[in-house]
Order: sequence, then C-alpha cells, then structure tokens
Amino acid sequence: MPADSQKHSPPVERSPAGSRTTWLRRAGFYLLLLLSWELLARSGLWPPWLFPGPSLVVESLISMLNKGLLLKAVAVSGQRILIGYAISLMIGVPLGLAIGRVRWIHETLGSLVVGLQALPSVCWLPLAILWMGLSERAIIFVVVMGALFSITLGVESGVKNTPPLYLKAARTLGARGLALYTQVILPAALPAVLAGLKQGWAFAWRSLMAGELLFFSLSLGNLLQTGRDLNDASQVMAVMLVIILIGVSIDQMIFAPAERQVRIRWGLYTRETD
Amino acid sequence: MILVLADWLDCSAMNSTRPHSQSGITLQFRGVTKTFYDRARSVEALQPFTTDVAAGEFVCLLGPSGCGKSTLLNIVAGLELPTAGQVLAGGKPITAPGSERALLFQEAALFPWLDVQANVEFGLRQQRRSAQERADMARSLLAMVHLTGFEHSAVHQLSGGMRQRVALARALAIDPAVILMDEPFGALDAITRDRMHAELEAIWSATGKTILFVTHNVREALALGDRILTFSPRPGRVVQEVRVTLPRPRSLESHALVDMAAQILSVMRTAEANAAALPA
Repeated sequence: MPADSQKHSPPVERSPAGSRTTWLRRAGFYLLLLLSWELLARSGLWPPWLFPGPSLVVESLISMLNKGLLLKAVAVSGQRILIGYAISLMIGVPLGLAIGRVRWIHETLGSLVVGLQALPSVCWLPLAILWMGLSERAIIFVVVMGALFSITLGVESGVKNTPPLYLKAARTLGARGLALYTQVILPAALPAVLAGLKQGWAFAWRSLMAGELLFFSLSLGNLLQTGRDLNDASQVMAVMLVIILIGVSIDQMIFAPAERQVRIRWGLYTRETD
Repeated sequence: MILVLADWLDCSAMNSTRPHSQSGITLQFRGVTKTFYDRARSVEALQPFTTDVAAGEFVCLLGPSGCGKSTLLNIVAGLELPTAGQVLAGGKPITAPGSERALLFQEAALFPWLDVQANVEFGLRQQRRSAQERADMARSLLAMVHLTGFEHSAVHQLSGGMRQRVALARALAIDPAVILMDEPFGALDAITRDRMHAELEAIWSATGKTILFVTHNVREALALGDRILTFSPRPGRVVQEVRVTLPRPRSLESHALVDMAAQILSVMRTAEANAAALPA
C-alpha cells in the first residue's frame, strides 16, 4: 500500500493547548465576579429589592422552583419556541433554496427577505396583537418572524456557494430533480445552513422573550414582568439567569456539536497539510 | 512497470463481480462548434471539430489551457450544448448527461458529506439499486482501486491520489461505456501519477471502455493514448493528429516516447506562436 495509509485513523479534535489552565482561569473569573457582586450588593449603596446579591437571586430561584412556577414557565416558553422554530424551518428552508436557485425568485422575494431581516421581529408584535389578539398565535407569529429570515438567508447563501464542480459531478452521475437538491445542494450548503439555523434560533429566543413581556399568562418573559410589578429584582435576575442558561445549553447541546461534526466531516479540524 | 501493474491493479476483482461490464461505444463528432457570447463580443472557443472515436479507443486531447478541450469534454458529458454540430455516442445524439458517459475532473470532486463508500455508491443510488447491491459493488470497486479498508474514511483523510482513485471507482460504478477525463492527474506528484497511469491503462484494457482524456502534458498523452489530437488556442482547433503505436505499457522515459514528445511540442509551439501573433 502507499505510504498514505497511515492517515486512516479517524480525526481527533485537538483540545486547545493547556485547556486546564483555561478552565482554572475561567472558574477564577466567575468566582471573582460573584464575590464582587455580593460585596457590592451588601455595601448598602442600593436597597436589596433593587440590587440583590447572588445569594438572594439563588434564594428566589429556589423559591420559584419550589412553587413549580419556573418549570411551568420554561415548559410554556419552550413549547412556543419549538412550534415557532419548526414553522420557520418548514418555510425558511424551501424558501432559501428557491431564492438561491431560481433567478426571478431571487430578484423579487430575495430583496424582500433582506428588507424584512432588517426589521427587529418585536416590531411585528403590535400588528400581531391587532390581527390575532393576545393569543398563542400572535406570539408564535412573532417568533417565526424572528427566525424565518435568518434561516432563509443562511440556506440561500449556502446554496449559492455550492461549488459548481459538485453539481457537475452529481449530474454526470445521474442526479437530477429533487435528488440533486436533497443529496447534493443541501448537504453541500450545510455549513452555511447551520450558521443560519443558529442565528435563527438566537433571534427566535430574543423575539419570544420580548413578546412574552406583554403577555399575561405564565411564561419566562411573564415572570420577568411580574418580578418588576412586585418590585422583586431578585426574581427578575433569577429569570434572566435561567434564560441565559437555556440559551447557552441549547447552543452547547445542539448547535456546537452539529457544527463540530460538520467541521470534522469537511476536514477543517485536521492538522494534516497534504 | 509490469510489476507495478500487477501490484496495483487487481482486475480479477472486477471481472468476478462485474461480469456484464459494459465495453466501449463509438463517439462521432460532427462539426462540433462552441462560441461563447459575452455582452458585446463573441469568443470562438472551438472551431468545427469532426472526428470518429472507435469503440474502446483511448484518445488524448492535448493542448494548452483555453484551447477548448475541456469545453469539448463537457459537451460529450452533456453538461454543455454545442453552438453548432453534434456528438453521437453509440450512434445516438447527446443532449444531456447519461449513465453511459462518466466525467472525471482534475479535482476528485468527491462529496465531503459522504464517506468513501457512499461516494462510490452515489451513482448507483440515483439508479435506485438496493442497498445490498450498492454496498457489494462499491466494495469490489474499492478493492479494484486498492482502497479496501478505507470504505468509511472521510474524504479529507485521503491523499490526492487516493481521492482520484475513489473518483475513478465512483465513475466506474455506473458502468459507463465512455470515460471522460479532464486532466484527472494534473494535481498529482510524478510518482503517484505514474501509478495512476498504470492503473487506468489496466482498467481500460480489462474493460475495453472508450476513453477521452484531456491533458496539457505531452508525455502523459503519449504514455496513454492510441491517438493524440493536438489543439491550438484562440480559436480552439486541431492542429495535429498523431497515432501512437508504441507498445504498451509505455515508459515515460523511453527514447521513442521522448522523441515523439519533442516533435509534438514543436508543432504546439508553432501553433501557439501563430495564435499569439493574431490580434486577440
């Protein structure tokens, strides 16, 4: 066999040099942050209901958990974002494909999508409430408006950047019609599509929280609002922490592994330079 | 060279698993012309080109870049249409890509989202073959190009030569009668290229497929071709046709081959100089 057979082993993602020092540094930073926050809160400069320390925030978090409020709120918000995101996917992916591949659609719908992307999706909320009232439909509509255009534009840019060579190869191997889309164009576009999906998720999450501030039924955004109504800054901060936590864990559990998988597949992680 | 051949190509693997392997068909070029139109001006990429390629013949299209040889190959592949004239494959006019014609590029053009075996299976999947059949064929083709054990490797783990061998296996999987190759070994180092030459020649003689091979390397054309058509650029046209009767396998270093290369090169230089003298 040729000498290149030694490359047969699967690629290993190399952890950055000295990852232990990275973790130590990070832990130290957060410890320091929490400590100064607590000290500042106890300094008496502001009343605790305006500027609570981390201890009060955790207390509030536990009390909300015990009352069952938090899990219920997470469930309600979670359901909304899942439905909204799923709808965005179902519309955004085909729309992005069409804009990326069909010239007249690009010239018409394409410009509209770019324009709408510039509009923060919360701006749709007054209209949504006028049309649908303070209903689930209204808030899901706002979530869709937040995620849809990022997904569409991500798919479009991926499709546009599909190397023509892949298309030529696929066509000479007999791929045509739908198979060309599902087996070549979409997979080739995957890195850009993923970036669009991730951005779409972030926008959907932001839109949902903004929208929920105006709603009366229990949800994460609504918990923020009731915290304000009750002059309870520790509840507001506790809910903010939960929102951050959910955002980070979705990114770490879904998008980061997916992106890593693609990068490994595409060979962007190897150090081999042949 | 014989040793290399025996070492590198296990044609018995092919014969045992592909008993009905399709052999070559004829290609007839009838005044094939290609002109590209750019807003104001038109560029004649290929002047009327007429020739007959026999079934199982190995024809090399030789010439510098911009002489229309890749365009010609794309037309035969069915990816482009000629401005005038037509190409008949096995007597039938070519209007679209077809499974009797496979195209290979300078880059292997493997799909990075598929592993090696799935790449080889790609064409079979388009033909809706069963998973079992696809896997069997892919494995035997990979054995033929000596990549057993690499079925589930990712594309980026392979060297350039290995990638071209996967591309060859992927093309052979659809069992084409004609293999079109567009400078397939242009990016490989000399030693790997020699091996690929031997491998290709062995596959060709075992299957009798028609091969159209584009290259700008005179010696490569001489090492492989039954016939060499030398093209000149601006506008693309044939300036010389050479039948190569040297016995196979041919050594790139043999005196006879080097002498022929010198002759062909001098014709190419004259044609290039004439083309350069014309106003662009």
